[in-house]
Amino acid sequence: MSQEWPLWEVFVRPRRGLAHSHVGSLHAPDARSALHNARDLYTRRQEGVSIWVVPAAAITASSPDEKDAFFEPAADKVYRHPTFYEVPEGAPHL
Amino acid sequence: MYGNDFSPPDEPLPGGLIEQVEAAEAALREAAERGRPARETGDLQAYFDSLISADQKIEPRDWMPEAYRKTLIRQIAQHAHSEIIGMQPEGNWITRAPSLKRKAILIAKVQDEAGHGLYLYAAAETLGVSRDELVELLLEGRQKYSSIFNYPTLNWADVGAIGWLVDGAAITNQVPLCRCSYGPYARAMIRICKEESFHQRQGYEILYTLAHGTPAQKEMAQDAINRWWYPALAMFGPPDDASTHSAQSMAWKIKRFSNDELRQRFVNMCVPQVEVLGLTLPDPNLRWNEERQAYDFTQPDFDELMRVIKGDGPCNRQRMSHRRRVHAEGAWVREAAAAYAAKQRVREVAAA
Repeated sequence: MSQEWPLWEVFVRPRRGLAHSHVGSLHAPDARSALHNARDLYTRRQEGVSIWVVPAAAITASSPDEKDAFFEPAADKVYRHPTFYEVPEGAPHL
Repeated sequence: MYGNDFSPPDEPLPGGLIEQVEAAEAALREAAERGRPARETGDLQAYFDSLISADQKIEPRDWMPEAYRKTLIRQIAQHAHSEIIGMQPEGNWITRAPSLKRKAILIAKVQDEAGHGLYLYAAAETLGVSRDELVELLLEGRQKYSSIFNYPTLNWADVGAIGWLVDGAAITNQVPLCRCSYGPYARAMIRICKEESFHQRQGYEILYTLAHGTPAQKEMAQDAINRWWYPALAMFGPPDDASTHSAQSMAWKIKRFSNDELRQRFVNMCVPQVEVLGLTLPDPNLRWNEERQAYDFTQPDFDELMRVIKGDGPCNRQRMSHRRRVHAEGAWVREAAAAYAAKQRVREVAAA
């Protein structure tokens, strides 16, 4: 009998100008009720002006186990940061 | 908005719980900024230990010892169940609240408890257990909820006493959980504690209003405090030398303070608060101990606590049978919503 409603991840935009960020998850039978439930559960005190709900099953996540190997290509490219470069004395507007 | 039928207490509540929650949130951000220590070897246990000792959060997909996972599931589930069962004693008074304003407040509060239960079930689910399984365990009586909710709410003053003492004890317990080593639990607790502070204040305000009303109302408030004081003290669990889970949970930084430390902290906060109410705590041995810089007090009856946990409190059977009944009666709603969603999906596929 028990057929559990699918899990949804909830993202809330706290104010205009800020990005949506993950606030938690909930169960709902479909996207529309997920939105309603998210409003009731995560924005009872006007915590947001916009909500996204995403089926948790639709999210592909990188695994922390592969953290080192996965992100390693970025680790040795310090020259991507402006601080890598020495600015000669007196050069303006850099 | 609903009429001004009370005057707010002049003195703010001492304690600064909101500040403590904000400090915990700042510490969480700061730890995230600091970054995790590097993983030096393939030894998973050693890496886990180094994260814990560096005050870094453990996240859902990190390796963790099986016992850590089990302990968290048990604790978070019990906490979630407590929020859900905790709706009953107060829900009993929604229809009988003395004004429309107080009714609106009480509805909002009970709705918050439902929300807290859901945040916590969601946090537990990140550990690889489903909410349905946990609800099953509760309904079968194989997982517990806080013993405090097995006491009855006999009159309106009890709603005040629950807010002040029960929510106050819960917050004292929960504020340190905002620093718990498991990320999803810590974040859920920060959200919950921010909301709980309204609960405690509304309870205190109910008692304050009664305490400054007629002599009969004042007596009602005192009677409620007399009945709820010791069960509230028992909420911190058995004394440290008899607590089975404490030491390991402290080592894992799931728990930050011992049961007895938290109980003492709660007593120290309540004494000045009850003085402002103009009421008393029902403990003839309550007195300031200059040497310890803390109040001496009478311990709750731990035998009674054990009896209530084992099922023999005043309302255990009522709470569980109510929960089972509403769960069964809600089954058609869950099934109908799932059937509707399935039908819509078929239609969308057909239309595409």
